[in-house]
Amino acid sequence: MQPVSLRNVSKVYHLDAVEVAALNAVSLDIEAGRFTVISGPSGSGKTTLLNLIGCIDRPDRGEVVVAGQAVQAMTDDALSDFRARHIGFVFQNFNLLPVLSAYENIEYPLLLGKVAPAERRRRVRDLLDAVGLAERGDSRPGQLSGGQRQRVAIARALVHAPALVLADEPTANLDRQTGASIIALMHTLQQERGVSIVVSSHDPHVQAAADASVFIRDGLIVASKEEAAA
Amino acid sequence: MNARALLSLALRNLLRNRRRSLATLLAMVVGLTAILLFGGYRANILYGMQTGFVQQSGHLQIQRRGYFLDGGDNPTAYGIADYRKIIAAIRSDNTLAPLVVEATPSLRLGGIAGNFTAGVSRSVMAIGLVPEESNRMLAWNDYDMVSYARPLPLAGAGADAVVIGSGLARKLQLCAVLAVPDCRQASAAGDAPATKNATDAGAPEDVLALSALEKAQQPPAAQNRIEMLAATAGGAPNVASLVVIEAKNMGIKAIDDLYMAMNLSQAQKLIYGAGVPAVTAIALQLHHTAQMPAARARLAALLESEFPDEPLELLDFQTLNPMYGQTDQFMGSMFGFIAMLIGVIVLFTIGNTMSTAVMERTTEIGTLRAIGLRRSGIRRLFMCEALLLGAIGSAAGLVCALGIAWLINHSGWTWTPPGYSYAYLILVRVGQNTPLLVGSIVGMIGVTMASAWWPARRAAKLEIVDALRHA
Repeated sequence: MQPVSLRNVSKVYHLDAVEVAALNAVSLDIEAGRFTVISGPSGSGKTTLLNLIGCIDRPDRGEVVVAGQAVQAMTDDALSDFRARHIGFVFQNFNLLPVLSAYENIEYPLLLGKVAPAERRRRVRDLLDAVGLAERGDSRPGQLSGGQRQRVAIARALVHAPALVLADEPTANLDRQTGASIIALMHTLQQERGVSIVVSSHDPHVQAAADASVFIRDGLIVASKEEAAA
Repeated sequence: MNARALLSLALRNLLRNRRRSLATLLAMVVGLTAILLFGGYRANILYGMQTGFVQQSGHLQIQRRGYFLDGGDNPTAYGIADYRKIIAAIRSDNTLAPLVVEATPSLRLGGIAGNFTAGVSRSVMAIGLVPEESNRMLAWNDYDMVSYARPLPLAGAGADAVVIGSGLARKLQLCAVLAVPDCRQASAAGDAPATKNATDAGAPEDVLALSALEKAQQPPAAQNRIEMLAATAGGAPNVASLVVIEAKNMGIKAIDDLYMAMNLSQAQKLIYGAGVPAVTAIALQLHHTAQMPAARARLAALLESEFPDEPLELLDFQTLNPMYGQTDQFMGSMFGFIAMLIGVIVLFTIGNTMSTAVMERTTEIGTLRAIGLRRSGIRRLFMCEALLLGAIGSAAGLVCALGIAWLINHSGWTWTPPGYSYAYLILVRVGQNTPLLVGSIVGMIGVTMASAWWPARRAAKLEIVDALRHA
């Protein structure tokens, strides 16, 4: 099953009297178990595309199918539940809840999914280990470095075993070395867990790590490239 | 998300900006403390008034129809001759007897009291009563008030003994002989008797000296003897010679200047002479005010069935003492105004706090929504924060109000209400007033929730992409 399939998807933003076409009849298929990178210049529509794939925005036209389900007809609550089950998010600014510890941040999606306490503990511990923060579970985001915060965010995105993880510029706020380690971690976890990861980035190091690339400009996909599957 | 996790998250969010949360809580604490203290003060005044009225006139009175409205000037026309039978019927009734503390007759009459030794006279409003029964009524104190009522010393005194108000004692120039504390004798210019002055002014010095000598030789009892002139049922004047055995401060000056209490038999002798004695009211005092509806219903049925030919009516203490209802309304409107004012202040304070929190946490709201929290979950989170604020603020306000109430109640502060002739202790009843406590706390939490509703709704309606862009 393809984790993402977009058919003739368009999205127009209305800025005062001006209409800006962020996406223009875009069609895209993302293969399962791949590390896909969407790249393009600023304002090209990368984030809009990612938002539509992540079901946090709705297209004006076209069809969006995620994890085998057409999502545009879903109610807001159904979409929330759908995201809680099938999609993980990694943000440029990490977006961790500052009042929760690293452990609690990772646990949060499991609370939404009403996972039993014992199972929650097992999964959170497993992911804290996997991202190399087993000893920092009690630390608040403010007590962690940028790289560590992004690791926590990656663990949070993976903890409920989603079909798809979306990362919007995950290395933009990190230095090159830390960014590289984050991408390496994402790549490793993607391979270990068989999850599909879609990253929007114009960082060449990120693009270099891609199994598949999509290049977007002026709301149109102008190139896509399938690397040899890892 | 389970309730425990929700509460934990809400609490941590409140602690995130401690200074702001503290300022918000402070507004609530001050507001709730003010409401509780004023409510407690109001309750104390009303309970105090109720206690006084119930001690004096009972919870219910049986009167001849029309007496309350029109009978003040002519009590004899509204007499209840069958009062002994009615009281006996009440005391033997299986439903009423357990409710009733006392059922006692009284006869109100007006007249002129004169201290002819001093050459002064004054109009009086007298009440004839059964001293032992009236004293039992004066002991009623269902709200544990500081009671100012003292038993009438008429019980065991002679049939001609009377007790008068200290104001009347002053006007009758009996302050000294009755040893009334803080009683300023009526001045010569104002209240001194014209006859005495005229006589004294015109008399030779040796006669005056002789007169003074004779007065000094009179037995002490004669100095507190007064005459009471009243109209009998037949319209003829009747005079009784009475002995004033005590003057007591009646609290309200207008009453204090006119009050006289005497034995019922003496009052009946004045009004009815050798005729059939009657009374103007039968007062019923109950164990608790809450028993009034039941007692009233049963009493009405009893009078209807046992005394169908008597045109009687039942009046409660609120009707008999309109000042109680007027004070209740006045204090109630003041309480409502203060509560509304504080409610509005709290509403805007918390609304502002919550709105700021929503604005500051917009990105966080977008994140929570993106990872799967429903709009209702966002709304619940902010409402939960408001609930916690309300609960903590109410608890702190309650503790603060109880502390201040304790200080006030132990301060010994007094004040003299308008129209009263002595000072009352300032007391506030907060801890003992469950309806006030529950109402104020529920109201405060309600205001908190209401003030958070709009910001919470706004947070829940945020579009995810807009919220995430907010950073």
